[in-house]
Amino acid sequence: MIPSIPQSPLFRHGYRLYVVTFFLFLAAPLAVVAVFAFNDSLFPSLPWGGWTLDWFFNDSEPKLGIFHDDELLESIGISFFVAVFVTLFSLGLATSNAFLFERQDFAGKNLLYVLMLTPLVIPGVILGVSILIFGSSIANGVENQTGYDIEWLRPGLPLVITGQFAFITTICTLILAARLRKFDTSLEEAAMNLGATRVEAIRTVTIPYLRPALIGAGVVSFLMSFENFNTTLMLVGSDAPLTIAMFDRLREGSTPVLNAVSLLLMLGSATLALISVLVQRREG
Amino acid sequence: MSRPALRLGLWLLLTPLLLWLVLLILLPHVDMLLISLRQRTGPGQYAFSLGNYLAFFDEPLYWRTFVRTATMSVLATALTLLIAFPVSYYIAKLMRGRAKSLLFLMCLIPFWVSELVRTYGWMILLRESGLVSGLLQWLGLVDRPVEMLYNDVAVMVGLIYTAMLFMVVPLITTLDSLDDAQIEAGYDLGGNGWNVLWEVVVPHAMPGIVSGCIVVFMLTLGNYLTPVLIGGKDSLWFTEQIFTQFITRFNWEQGSAFGILLLVLSSFMVWAGLRLSRQSFTRVMSR
Repeated sequence: MIPSIPQSPLFRHGYRLYVVTFFLFLAAPLAVVAVFAFNDSLFPSLPWGGWTLDWFFNDSEPKLGIFHDDELLESIGISFFVAVFVTLFSLGLATSNAFLFERQDFAGKNLLYVLMLTPLVIPGVILGVSILIFGSSIANGVENQTGYDIEWLRPGLPLVITGQFAFITTICTLILAARLRKFDTSLEEAAMNLGATRVEAIRTVTIPYLRPALIGAGVVSFLMSFENFNTTLMLVGSDAPLTIAMFDRLREGSTPVLNAVSLLLMLGSATLALISVLVQRREG
Repeated sequence: MSRPALRLGLWLLLTPLLLWLVLLILLPHVDMLLISLRQRTGPGQYAFSLGNYLAFFDEPLYWRTFVRTATMSVLATALTLLIAFPVSYYIAKLMRGRAKSLLFLMCLIPFWVSELVRTYGWMILLRESGLVSGLLQWLGLVDRPVEMLYNDVAVMVGLIYTAMLFMVVPLITTLDSLDDAQIEAGYDLGGNGWNVLWEVVVPHAMPGIVSGCIVVFMLTLGNYLTPVLIGGKDSLWFTEQIFTQFITRFNWEQGSAFGILLLVLSSFMVWAGLRLSRQSFTRVMSR
C-alpha cells in the first residue's frame, strides 16, 4: 500500500477513483452555492434561468442584490465588529497564556492546562447558554441589590463577543504556544547581554519571532468568530450578526441573494487563508 | 532575575488565565448545574428539586431525542472515520511533494467556509427542485422530482460533511509520521495488505483516530444547523430541545437540566474514547 510495494492495477485505479469521488463530494455544495449566485431566477434551484449579476447589483425588489440589501449589509458590519474585538481579546490573552505555559513552572500547571483545553470539548450551544445564564444571574443579583440593570450582561453583542472569546482563546493559545515552544531562549539572553531589559528583549526579539503565529491565530480567530453560529445563537440580542441573519432568511426561504453573500464570504475567507499561508511560508 | 520579580511575572500571566477560566468557563457551568437543580415555587421563589431531571425521563419525547442524537452522532463519527481513513492514507502515504500539500490544502477549504454556507449548499443539491433530483431525471432514473431533503439520510450526509475536516487532518498528521520502512517490514515478514493495515498502520494512527473521533463526535452532538435546516419534522436534535426550552419557552431550569445532560454525555464519551485507546486528553487535544 505504498509506492514501493506493487499493487494490482484494479486496486490502484479503484483507490484513485475513490479519492477523486471524495473531493467531488467536498467541492459539490460549495460549487453549487457559488454558481447559483448567478442564476436569473427567484429561487436558488433548478430550472436554470440564465446568467445574471442581479443578485449582487440590482437595487430593487424582488431581485434585491446584496450591495443594496441594507439588512444583510448591516449584519455584515455587526459580524465584522464582533470579529475584530474577539480577535484582539483572544490574541491578547492567548499570548499571555502561551508565555505562562511555555516559560513558567508552578504547582497545578497540568491541571490548568487541561482546564484551558476544556472549551474545545464543550458543545457551542452549551457554552452559549451557560454564559447566558451566568450573565443573567449576575445582572439579576446586582439589580435586586442596587436596582441598577447591567445591560451588557443581557443578550446582545457584548455577550456574543464574550461567548466567542471564551473558546477561541483556547485555539489561539494552542497555535501561539506551539510556536513559542520552538523559540531558542538563548536569543533572548543574547539581547539581555547586549543591554536590553527583559521586557525589551521580549518586545524586540520574541514577539517578532511569534509574528507569523500571531497573524495565523488572528486569521483563524477572525474567521471562527465571523462564522460562528451555535454560541452566537444563544447570546444574540436585537442586532443580528451575518450568520444569524442568513439563518433567519434561510428558514423563510430566500432568494439567491444568499448565494451572493455566501460567495463573497468564500472569497473573503479564501483571501484571509491565503494571506496566512503566505505569511507562514515567508517567515516560517 | 530576582525571585520576587519572577513571582510577579508569574502572577501577571496567571491572573488573566484564571479570570477567563473561572468567570467564563467554570462558574457559568456551575451556575447552570445549580439552576437545573431548582424549581420555581412562586414569583422569584425557588426550591431545590430534581424535577427537571425527572421530567426528562418521564417525557418520551425528551429522552428519545437524547438517545437518537447520541446514536446518530456515534454513527456519523464511525462513517466519517470510514470515509476519511482511505483518503487520509492516500494523501499521507501515496502522494509526494507538491501534490501532497495541494491535496491537503484542498481538504481544508470547506473549513474556511461557514457551516451555514455548507448546509445551504446541501439544501440546493438535495431539495425537490435541486441538482441531484434534476440529474436523476435527466438520466431517466426517475420520472418526476424527488425530495431528498428532510430525512435522516440527508441529515447524516450533512453531519459527515461538516465534520470531515476534523477527521482528515489528525489522520493525515499521524499517518504522515509513519515510516514507509515499517510498512515494508510488515510485508517482508510475510504479512499481506490486510495484516499490515491492522497490525502496523492502524496502531500507529491510533492517536489521530482517537482525536479525530472525539472532535467529530463533539461537533456532531452539538450541531444545531444541520438537523434544523436539513432534518424533517421528526428528526429532532437535542440541541433544538435546549434552544426551545431557553429561548422559546423561557424555561431555563429545564433547559439547564438538558444542557447538563448533554455535557455529561459528551464528557462520558470523551472519557470512554480516551480510556479505550489509552490516550491522554492533553496529547489528543493539542493536535
